[in-house]
Formats: sequence, C-alpha cells, structure tokens
Amino acid sequence: MKLYRNLTIKQKQIVWAWGFLAIPVLFYTVIRFYPTGNAILISFQDWNLLGERTWTGLENYQKLFADPTFWKVFKNTFVYLLIGTPVSLVISFFVAYHLDKTRFMHGFLRMLYFLPFMTSAVAMAWVWRWFYQPVPIGLFNNFLSTFGIPQINFLNSTTNALPSVLAPAIWAGLGFQIIIFMAGLRAIPQSYYEAARIDGVSPWTVLWEITIPLLKPTIVFIVVFSSIGFLRIFDHVFNMTTGNPGGPLNSTKPLVLMIYETAFSSFDMGYAAAQTVVLFLVLLVVSLMQLLILRDR
Amino acid sequence: MKTVTFKALALGVATSAVTLLSTAANAVEIEYWQYFFDARVTAMEQLIENFRAANPDITVTMTHFPYADYRTKVAAAIPAGEGPDVVQLFYGWLNDYAEAELIQPLPADTFPAATIDEEFFPMVQAMKEGDQYWALPTAVRSLALFYNERLMEEAGVEPPTTIEEMFAAAKAMTKRDGAGNLTQVGITAGMTAQDHHWWREGLIRQQGGEPYLNDYTTVNYNTEAGLAALELYTSMFTGEDAVTAIGFMDEPQAAFKAGRAGMHIDGSFRIGSLNKTRGLKWGVTELPATADGTRSNYSSYWVNAITTKAEGEKYDAAVKFMQYITSDEAMQIWLDTVGELPAKPSVGLTDANSNDATYGPFIRGLAYANTTKFADESAQRQLMVEMVERITLEDMSPADSLAIAAEAEQKILDEYYAD
Repeated sequence: MKLYRNLTIKQKQIVWAWGFLAIPVLFYTVIRFYPTGNAILISFQDWNLLGERTWTGLENYQKLFADPTFWKVFKNTFVYLLIGTPVSLVISFFVAYHLDKTRFMHGFLRMLYFLPFMTSAVAMAWVWRWFYQPVPIGLFNNFLSTFGIPQINFLNSTTNALPSVLAPAIWAGLGFQIIIFMAGLRAIPQSYYEAARIDGVSPWTVLWEITIPLLKPTIVFIVVFSSIGFLRIFDHVFNMTTGNPGGPLNSTKPLVLMIYETAFSSFDMGYAAAQTVVLFLVLLVVSLMQLLILRDR
Repeated sequence: MKTVTFKALALGVATSAVTLLSTAANAVEIEYWQYFFDARVTAMEQLIENFRAANPDITVTMTHFPYADYRTKVAAAIPAGEGPDVVQLFYGWLNDYAEAELIQPLPADTFPAATIDEEFFPMVQAMKEGDQYWALPTAVRSLALFYNERLMEEAGVEPPTTIEEMFAAAKAMTKRDGAGNLTQVGITAGMTAQDHHWWREGLIRQQGGEPYLNDYTTVNYNTEAGLAALELYTSMFTGEDAVTAIGFMDEPQAAFKAGRAGMHIDGSFRIGSLNKTRGLKWGVTELPATADGTRSNYSSYWVNAITTKAEGEKYDAAVKFMQYITSDEAMQIWLDTVGELPAKPSVGLTDANSNDATYGPFIRGLAYANTTKFADESAQRQLMVEMVERITLEDMSPADSLAIAAEAEQKILDEYYAD
C-alpha cells in the first residue's frame, strides 16, 4: 500500500489503467494469442488429434502449394470477395440513399431490410437451397417451367453454383450495411446541401462531390468489414452444399470450408493449421491494403 | 391431504435414491460412450439394465453426443484421459485409435480369436491382428434395394432380382412433364449417399473385378470391370432414356420418402426413418444380381472397444460388459430395437430373422458382403462424387474420369499407410 502511495499521479493513472486492462489482456492472451501461436506451431507438425505430434518442418506448406484443390479454393475465396464486396456495397448504398429520402413507412421498410441480417444463416441457407432445386420441388425452376422456360441448374453446375451461393450471403449482410450507410448519410451536415442548392448544382454533382466523399469513413468501414466476412464465408456454403461439401468439383468451396474438412473430417490437423495460417496472412494483407488505399490522404 | 401424499412420495424417492447411490459407491462404475441416435440409446439402456441385473456390483453409465460432434469429442477426450472405459467407434477409425494406444486389445482368453472367427460373420475379421481382436461389433449393416410398392403396382412391375430387371422396372416408373423434366424417378442416384459403397463393393465385384488389392492398400478399379461398373452406374442418369437424375429432390432418401422415387439403395439403418414416414408403402429386396446370379454387398459396422483408461477392476468390469454386449441375447435386442443386423450368424440366420420381410434381405446380404477398409472415408467418397461430376458436368469420358479417381484415391491410401 505504501508503495502505491509513493507513486506520482501519472504513475497511479497508469496502474489503474493497467488494472482495468488486465482482464481483456488476460482474455486475449489465453483465448486469442495462445491458440494462434499454437496453430502456427501445429502447421509445422503432423497430428491426427489422437497420436503424438511429430515435427515435419515445411512439409504441410509444400503439400499445400502443390495441391490443385487449394488453388481452386483460393481462387473461389477471392471470387467471393471480388464479387461479394462491390455488389453488396453498391446495392446497400443505393438502398440506403433512397431509403434516407423516403418518409412513407420509413421504419417499416428499414425493418424489412434489416430482418435478413437477424435471421439464422443456417435456416436461410437451407430455404435457398430448396428454392434452387430443379422441378418438382424448386421454387425458381417451377416458376420457370410454368412459363415454358428451360430449367436452370443453380447448384448442380460448376459455373452457376458459386453465384447462387453468394446471392443469399449478400442479401443476408445487406441490412447491416444499409443501417451503417444511413447513419453515415445522416451525419453529413445539411449546410453543405443547402449551399449546393443555392449554387444550383445538379443532384448528380451533389452525390458525387458531397455525399460520397463525406461518406468515405463509412465506406472504408463497410469495405473492410464485408471483405473479411466474404473471405471467411462458411455457413452459407456449408449448409447449401452438405452432402457434397463445396459444390460440384469444388466449385463453391471457400478456404474456411477446406480448413474445416481437413481438420474435422480428415483429421489432418497439421495440414489444416497450415491452411489457417495462409488464410490469416491473406486476411492481414487484404485488410492492410484496403486501409492504405482508402485512407485519407 | 394431497400435499402429504406428495411429501411421502418425495421422501420415498429420496430415500431410495440415497440407497441407490450408496450401493453404487461400493461397486465398480464404468463409463460407456456412443453417439446419439434415439433407438441406439434405448437399446443400450436396455442392455445396461439387463447387464446390471446379472452383475449387481457393476454400474455402467452411458454418455452420448450428437453424431456431428461425436468423432471430435471422443478424439479430444480419450487422449486427455477424460473419456470412457468402453467406447463405440466406427470400424474405419479403429486403426488410428490402436496406433495411438488409446484402446487395448480384447483379452485372448475371454475372446479367443479362433472362436470369434467361427462365430461371427467373416467381415468382422478386419478387427483382428495376430491372434487378438481389437474390438467387436454388436450389430452390422448392409445394403439392400428399397422399393415403393404403390409405384411398382401402378407401373405393373415386380421387385427386381437382377440388374436388367431393375433397369426395366426403373424405366417403367420414371415420369416426365411436358418439357421433359423428371417429375418422378425410377431409382435414386447419388454417390453422396450409399451408392459409392454399392459401386465399390457391389457393382465392381459383380463385373468380375476386385476394387482393391493388398488388404485395401492398392486401388484396383481402373480396370475393365471397374469401367463396366461405372458405365452401368452412369447409364442410370445419362442419355435420352435416363431413369434418374443426380440431386433429384436434393437428396435420394428424401425423394424416396416423398414417394417420388420407385427404388432406392440404402442401408439397414434407414428402416426406422422409413417406418415413420406416413403414407409410404415400401418393401425391400436384396441388391440386384447379375444375369448369371452373381451378388455382392457392402457391410459396415460400429464396434465396441476397451480404452486404455480402463485398468484393474474397471478393466475386468469392462471385459464383462463387452462379453455381454457381444452376446446372442444383446444382438437380438439390438435387432428388435434399432433394426441393425446381428453380427453372428447364430442370431442373424435363424429362420425367423433371415426370412423376415424387412430384415431378411439385409441379413441374407451379409453372407456375400465385403467391408472396405477406408483410410479417410469422406475424402474417398468425395472422389467418387467427383468422378461422376466430371462425366455429367464436364463431359469427360468415363474411362478418363475413372483413371483420375483411381490415381487420387491411391494417393490418399499411400499417404495414410506411409506412416
């Protein structure tokens, strides 16, 4: 106690700060950093969860880079990212921009858009899975066949399967992004718009010169957030393709699903850990790049 | 007045519970683990009760997990020393558990290999090493052909006994709408279900082939017989006169349950859920034979093994329990409750069981069944799924696709047996 009394105010503040920080620091060390370090360690080992861990050096990584499935899956993961992020960004901005101007049933409409975000991804994925089936049970194909339009193979196709899985995933995340965009739009001071109106600027210029530049922090947040989400996409794919995980010829398999399968169906923990490390590095690089590019200069 | 009665009752319950606990404390307690499946749990509860009646000093506690978590939980718990004394494992996992010294072989004096060889169906011998058995099943499973009686009647066909008859019957039961889309299939298809077993151990052998050599360490289906089997299989869903489609109604068993499929190949474990399907009139017959009467089937099973955690009196108790759950009596109870087939001919091939309209075809199938030794069943199944997908989605020739699958599967086996 005497020790504490002798400290300066500044030092006391530090003690208190660390006192409060101790809980999250402990949490992060035990729940986050220790397993992360352990995963990196396992990625250099051979382990089937039952026997001894044996040291294998870089073998898991060599196997990974020589595995054509990995490259296919790697590509899929980036297709999810490169289609998913821009499409969801544009749609959610479009909806938020117009919803912001709508007064009629504003709250109800906002709720409708937000509802999918609160729905369980598993339930949603299964419902969409059944929507996509061929006749006689698929909703979309039944609709098509009523008008005599040929069937579309949504899920049982190497080209259509990925967009079909991505569509409900985008839709599910839309509600969140719309709410964030609307908050961003509300935060733009009205005086800019008033000034623009006095100067007689076209609505297009207002959007391009005022709204979008001032929304930049919001856009950065949504891009980073949704990119990480699409790079880690799992539950939609897993549930829409159970039985044949990852779709026909791995056409929809993302990296996370491959990790899950390697770890919990093949029980090749070392190999799965190596994939996890690669995913970690990808997430790190993508997030840093986005922060750099979209940062305020 | 009512409260008093209730109090007396509560007191009675409490007292008996205390008595029960105190007896249990003096006795040996062993733990048994299996995955959760309603009928299996009920059957095991009954077996534990019977066992306790015969051995009042041994208490068996059963713990069960959902199937999806079972493998991971067992794999995490046993090495940590937290697990059961007797555990139920899929036969395909046994190798890994034995190698990691997590289970111990059954004692040769109580379970002499010669007697087991004689008393059990031959596929159980996959569990034998030298003159000791690592584990034993209570029940086994095999495949058979389920058929929808109403659709058969409507199309005027009989349950098939040969492959040729099966195709004819399937054709008669296939229905299409005006645009040519299938609305009812003659038979279900999909390697994701049980068809990969039917193809490996059934069709290939029926074509005169041998799917694997050297105790399942060498892939041997990239042959004429393998190709013939694959072409036979893909002819069900390719070409103008296809009698089925992959992924029809999402899952094969769903299509059959919904009464939209005439026939469906599945395991004996499906019986229970078909029985619960209202409005479905179904029958079952043996897997179709070739024209010259060749038959072949696939069988799999879950085994019971003693873990290395069981020592001293717990070990003795575990051995006794193992003896009981592999007895004739236990097998009959398992058949009656779960619908899984007895692992011994002495129980399975009784007149009542082998002529049973439901279980008979499966039990008769055991006589000519083979058990694939998988290194990684889901990965090996996935190769079969992809083999068919390359043919249907990428127009690859069956011969090329078969070669790719054989090579990939050999790689999995080589990697597994390398260490």
